Amino acid sequence: MVKSKASKYALHVFIIAGCVIMIYPLLWMFVSSFKPTTDIFTNTSLIPQSVTWDNYRQGWAGLSGVTFGTFFLNTFLLVGLCIVGNLISCSMAAYAFGRLRFFMKRAFFAIMLATLMLPFHVTVIPQYIMFNTFGWVNTYLPLVLPKFLGTEAFFIFLIVQFIRSLPRELDQAAEIDGCGPIKMYWYIMIPLTVPALMTTSLFTFIWTWNDFFSQLLYISNIERFPIALALRMFTDSLGDNNWGALFAMSILSLVPVFCVFIFFQKYLIEGISTGALKG
Amino acid sequence: MHTLKRFVQNNWVGYLFITPWLVGLIGLSAFPMGFSLYLAFTSYDLFSAPKWIGLGNFIEMFHDPKYTGSVGVTLHYVLIAVPLSLLFALAVALLLNKGIRGLRIYRAIYYVPSLFGGSVAVALLWRQLFGGEGLLNSLLHLLGIEGMNWIATPGTALYTLILLSTWQFGSAMVIFLAGLKQIPHDLYESARIDGAGTWKQFANITLPLLTPILFFNLVMQIIHAFQAFTPAFIVSGGTGGPLNSTLFYTLYLYQKGFAQFQMGYAAAMAWMLLCTIAVVTSLLFATSRTWVYYQE
Repeated sequence: MVKSKASKYALHVFIIAGCVIMIYPLLWMFVSSFKPTTDIFTNTSLIPQSVTWDNYRQGWAGLSGVTFGTFFLNTFLLVGLCIVGNLISCSMAAYAFGRLRFFMKRAFFAIMLATLMLPFHVTVIPQYIMFNTFGWVNTYLPLVLPKFLGTEAFFIFLIVQFIRSLPRELDQAAEIDGCGPIKMYWYIMIPLTVPALMTTSLFTFIWTWNDFFSQLLYISNIERFPIALALRMFTDSLGDNNWGALFAMSILSLVPVFCVFIFFQKYLIEGISTGALKG
Repeated sequence: MHTLKRFVQNNWVGYLFITPWLVGLIGLSAFPMGFSLYLAFTSYDLFSAPKWIGLGNFIEMFHDPKYTGSVGVTLHYVLIAVPLSLLFALAVALLLNKGIRGLRIYRAIYYVPSLFGGSVAVALLWRQLFGGEGLLNSLLHLLGIEGMNWIATPGTALYTLILLSTWQFGSAMVIFLAGLKQIPHDLYESARIDGAGTWKQFANITLPLLTPILFFNLVMQIIHAFQAFTPAFIVSGGTGGPLNSTLFYTLYLYQKGFAQFQMGYAAAMAWMLLCTIAVVTSLLFATSRTWVYYQE
């Protein structure tokens, strides 16, 4: 569509310049994590004069004897549980909404869509009071249990949309072969909805990894800290003196999400787009 | 008896599959909503029983300068950050949609900030970038300009957060791009044959056909922006300072509910937020009939 070669190059240059501006802060943080702390502020260039691993060594040592190894394991555990929870509860509800018939289905579906818009601050206070009475504060239960109960309606909606796009003939054939609804869910719907389930897992991964608010509310024991809380605590205890170590750990904290993005870009981009286009 | 048996027979599978969701809906959404509505009319500190005070919390809000301040800060943020994000998202999507090579890579790079934007790590980075000895000031110094501490200055602190939000325009851009791809090519071809220039094609084809996407992005971004928390919390160290200039609504709600344990007041704040978001989205939906173009 672009007319001349010159304007085509101009367009590329323009877009690349935009890219550089966009990722410069992240690149700078990455490069700074290898610089001695004294160098970070005086040196804006992206090429460090000397490369040091000190920041990583210092940072990894963590806080009050708890290393970042623990924080990472905690985060992975939390993320893993949340993914399992979302996969089970959302795919079950989506199968019911997408294929089964039952009393009040339309009403429930509408309510489910309405909860998409519900700001979670309205429920967070009573939920905190509830979980506090159960003695669950300082455990992962308040963070994980909601996922097993399908509170992330966005994913239910995503999978429903996907199920609706599948040909009905498959279910009918299976039904003729004597496949009941429970087997149908397990042997037909789960395998066929794998792309939507992938999107669900990936977004759960990223959102749980980046989450801060609910972790801040519920987790106060440093041995159970996920990365986000650890980083925040790190700044509070080091003050603004040790940016090197802080940057090193910040970079490490972004690596898993970045890997997920690199390897599964297709699912993510499609997931973002379908939510809007079919909605 | 017979009809009951049939009812159970026809419905049990469906209910079996929605049970987890239904339990969550009742236990984690419906009941808590009712409970927080009740709390909104009480004074409650988590340790002694809630005390009914009628409209007390709501009346107090309007006499609480920190509350009205946080409303102002949040509106300021929403009104600037959302249009800016959408503008950048649309502009870059249009550029990337010109059939250039390397689209996938460019799209990925522009999306990266959205991937990390909500994280504590990036908020910490922001605190450094715009701090007194931050990267921005070092860059300005190279140009011979004396910088300032952008984070610690009441007039600029909020704008650093607006910038952080705008920087994450990638997710809206991806949605715009997907929408642009769905516009049939022959529309543009027939427009060209009729002699329509680039601007006319944009105004008469691209923009109208993109309005449903624009609407979706607008609603989602607004809902999202009203609830922004992490960046303000991390950048201001949890205070909402300097001089409450970054005291976002949700940050004040957190302080009230979970630092001062005035849970009744915080619940009232949450309900005000819910009502505001509900009113804003219904207004948007109402106006959408006049400007959103739905293809048959």
